[in-house]
Amino acid sequence: MRFAVVVFPGTWSDHDCQYVLRDLLGQQADLVWHRDADLSGYDAVVLPGGFSYGDYLRCGAIARFSPVMDAVVRHAEVGKPVIGICNGFQVLCESGLLPGVLMRNDSLQFRCQDTYLCIENAETLFTNELTPGQVISIPISHGEGSYYADDATLDDLESNGRVAFRYCNANGEPTPESNPNGSVRNIAGIVNERGNVFGMMPHPERAGESLMGGTDGLLLWRSVIQAGVATVAG
Amino acid sequence: MRTRTCCATSTRPSAWSRSLPVDQKTLDQIALSWEEYQLACERLDREPNEVELGMIGALWSEHCGYKNSRPLLKLFPTEGPRLLTKVGEENAGVVDIGDGWCVAFKIESHNHPSAIEPYQGAATGVGGIVRDIFAMGARPIAILDSLRFGPLSEPRNRYLFNGVVEGIGGYGNCLGVPTVGGEVAFDDSYSGNPLVNAMCVGVTRIEHLQRAVAKGTGNLLMLVGADTGKDGIHGATFASVELDERSEERRPAVQVGNPFMEKLLMEACVELAEQHGDWIVGLQDLGAAGLTSAAVECAAKGGVGIDIDVSVAPRREEAMTPYDVMLSESQERMLVIVKPEHEDDVRRLFERWELHCVVIGVVTDDGRATIRDGDKVAARIPVELLTDPPQYVREGVKPTWLDDLQAYDFDALPDVGDANTALLGLLAEPEIASKRWVWRQYDHQVLTNTVVGPGSDATVVRIKGTDRAIALATDGDGRMCYLDPYVGGMMAVAEAARNVVCSGAEPIAITNCLNFGNPEKPEVYYQLEQAIRGMAAACEALNTPVVSGNVSLYNETATGNGSAQPIYPTPVVGMLGLIEDVDRVVPMAFQAEDDAVFLLGIDVLRGDAASLAGSEYARMAHDGLVAGQPRIDLGLEVRLQKLCLAAAREGLLRSAHDCSRGGLAVALAECCFPNGLGLDAAGMVIEGRLDAALFGEAPSRIVVSTRDGERLRALAAEHDVPVIRLGVVAGKRLVLGDVVDASLETLQDAYEGGLPRALGEVT
Repeated sequence: MRFAVVVFPGTWSDHDCQYVLRDLLGQQADLVWHRDADLSGYDAVVLPGGFSYGDYLRCGAIARFSPVMDAVVRHAEVGKPVIGICNGFQVLCESGLLPGVLMRNDSLQFRCQDTYLCIENAETLFTNELTPGQVISIPISHGEGSYYADDATLDDLESNGRVAFRYCNANGEPTPESNPNGSVRNIAGIVNERGNVFGMMPHPERAGESLMGGTDGLLLWRSVIQAGVATVAG
Repeated sequence: MRTRTCCATSTRPSAWSRSLPVDQKTLDQIALSWEEYQLACERLDREPNEVELGMIGALWSEHCGYKNSRPLLKLFPTEGPRLLTKVGEENAGVVDIGDGWCVAFKIESHNHPSAIEPYQGAATGVGGIVRDIFAMGARPIAILDSLRFGPLSEPRNRYLFNGVVEGIGGYGNCLGVPTVGGEVAFDDSYSGNPLVNAMCVGVTRIEHLQRAVAKGTGNLLMLVGADTGKDGIHGATFASVELDERSEERRPAVQVGNPFMEKLLMEACVELAEQHGDWIVGLQDLGAAGLTSAAVECAAKGGVGIDIDVSVAPRREEAMTPYDVMLSESQERMLVIVKPEHEDDVRRLFERWELHCVVIGVVTDDGRATIRDGDKVAARIPVELLTDPPQYVREGVKPTWLDDLQAYDFDALPDVGDANTALLGLLAEPEIASKRWVWRQYDHQVLTNTVVGPGSDATVVRIKGTDRAIALATDGDGRMCYLDPYVGGMMAVAEAARNVVCSGAEPIAITNCLNFGNPEKPEVYYQLEQAIRGMAAACEALNTPVVSGNVSLYNETATGNGSAQPIYPTPVVGMLGLIEDVDRVVPMAFQAEDDAVFLLGIDVLRGDAASLAGSEYARMAHDGLVAGQPRIDLGLEVRLQKLCLAAAREGLLRSAHDCSRGGLAVALAECCFPNGLGLDAAGMVIEGRLDAALFGEAPSRIVVSTRDGERLRALAAEHDVPVIRLGVVAGKRLVLGDVVDASLETLQDAYEGGLPRALGEVT
């Protein structure tokens, strides 16, 4: 598959995403500068983590105006996969491609730690290699990752299977103690209505090798690749 | 005390002493003495104007000119087959790690700014050291921080601690360079003068290395990055005087960081070095003393002159004088020495990264630093005058109180009554307790190279594209140095090396940051000289030359009665270790039940009261007692480290962890925690004092676990290192003889809760 990994000024997970996709999973993965506004040659777009524009305003609030974002919207509109990780998730929320916002962690501190995620919907483009209820371990690294949306939106997300996974403990229970940032209803990752735009705060690109502490992140990447292969074949 | 200057000074009565136009206040502001002012006049053969005086003051400050420390720094061993730079000549030291790859690293202090404004002080400390690394053309891949604060029972210390940790995270996290390790210690001695030492490590191909040099007449000086403001003027001077009740007024000397700008600068400079090294001749960051230091030091290295027009420098505010522009310490700026035919190429590269750049001057052949403000010449001084400050060789005097302190008789104290309770107490001391509260606020994983993260003896970072990894550790024990600066200096190097050895790495070179008090005091100078001599001896013995470093003197705080109290002498060592095969990394924690646990370095558990010297146990159990004579046997230390490394390379070691703060019992508990595996050492036989055997802090001891005790014993015999078998990995309790028996849950609660409780976050 051909992945575009978008680089905003201040993005820093770009090389990590490229490494896991290209070097570990053998896909084409190009770094695309945010001023390049053509994504037509790519099957999937990744908005990686980082501090776009320093996150000096609200996280992702300036990046959404980057030239590349028009192309990202078009890419999403034709049904191709868009994956926002951490700052990328924030950008997707700011640009309206996903509902809700990411607020400051309830601890008021940055948090870099492993988290357990309980898979809720294993039929999305991004989780089809997993099973419902499966618990995976993927690290977070953010200061503003507390997901929030109003109750109506949350109910809508839940009833339509749009919550991909929640923070949980090792037994798969979404307890308050296992919630690292105060996200409402322990939500860690969601998809859009059409199911092709996906945002998550944890960093799957950091869980790609046992040497780095785990390979659960590969399951998410493989899901996207699998879905892409299926689309092409179908 | 006898003081003399090393450099040649005129013996005739100075003509300048009669008609000096400057007053004491002006000289105080730039921390120049009258004698130094006279010397400058003589060498200039006239009186300097205001801009020139400011430049001289900045470059002759201790921070930039090392006028008190340079003669002592020559004692360090600085040669080695792997070294690619000469110490002090570049922004960082560079070491060849094989296959065409090299590692650039350096540690630097930001103590005084952090004492005044902890968040920005620490943040810009990180920014400065990271720029030093990418100025070499290397990509920064790891940051470590060595921190010292006063006790957390004081609100001011909690404020400083919080602010510094937040500042380090705020800058490093935004930058996308992982903060992978370091240390935090607490002592009364640092109340009011915390230590914030930041270390950065970068990697690159040897052919992409850059130098901080200006050469080639007609080449261009290009200023890149942030606009220049009035912030940080006299920062280098501020770092070179004692803190006092008026230090708060120096807040304008503290800079404000913009990590987003630094991130862009870093990416642009790494791209320039890796892909277009032929466009430029030099790369230099603007740090202490700003443009003055950057431009003049580059010129000195190239043996050239420079001609700068400050009127074209992009400014953050109006009404800035040439003096302001030359001495501003605005952050996130770089100086690039560009070949004229590639001016447009370089400009396009930086502009693509959305960075300003402007040609502010040219390289000349006249050996002078000429500073213009449009048509007017604002300053013109020989480069050599600026970079050759007077040097002072002083005579230290052993403090009168030291003998009594060292002769302290621990045998007069009662032995520990309840070792279980004492161990729980030690584990909860902020000095020893888990630092998770700190490092979970740092992104320690970005770049996906962190094989062993914070919380171990050493951090291990793999080098992508190779089978290799590097191990990194910082160490420095102010308390031991206070009790014996020579031995403490040796211990700092030995422990840092032991830490990387425990991860399976061969120690190959060090950087260091020397945090001391006012060297003009004979007792402080004694500490400085002795510590350096001790460090040098250990560096020789362990074959780890010094590749870079930084000196932070005048770390003192006002005591209120008109005098100032120096901090504990605190040399901090940043050690680089090399692991040829990343699959042979040794973890700190026990790995599986039934593995045999050995202690390398001794063959009998004999509690010797002397090993309580400087120990955390003595401080905790005996009213803050800091006394005794620390000892280290460098011969044993070398043999021990060689044994540990040989065993690691044979794949014999399932885990390895050195004994340091809190002694053997704490080290064993730390081996149990990560994987929740207990230790059954019920058969342990202890002779002599229990407190010394369990909590004494004698160096040169490593706890290992193995499946092949026989082979380990044979290897130890070959290396002439004593060993003793302690027990086996088993269960969920820590059992030591009949004196310690506690569940891991209880112990870990004390260990993990220590810092949050001290901060009042949990009860």
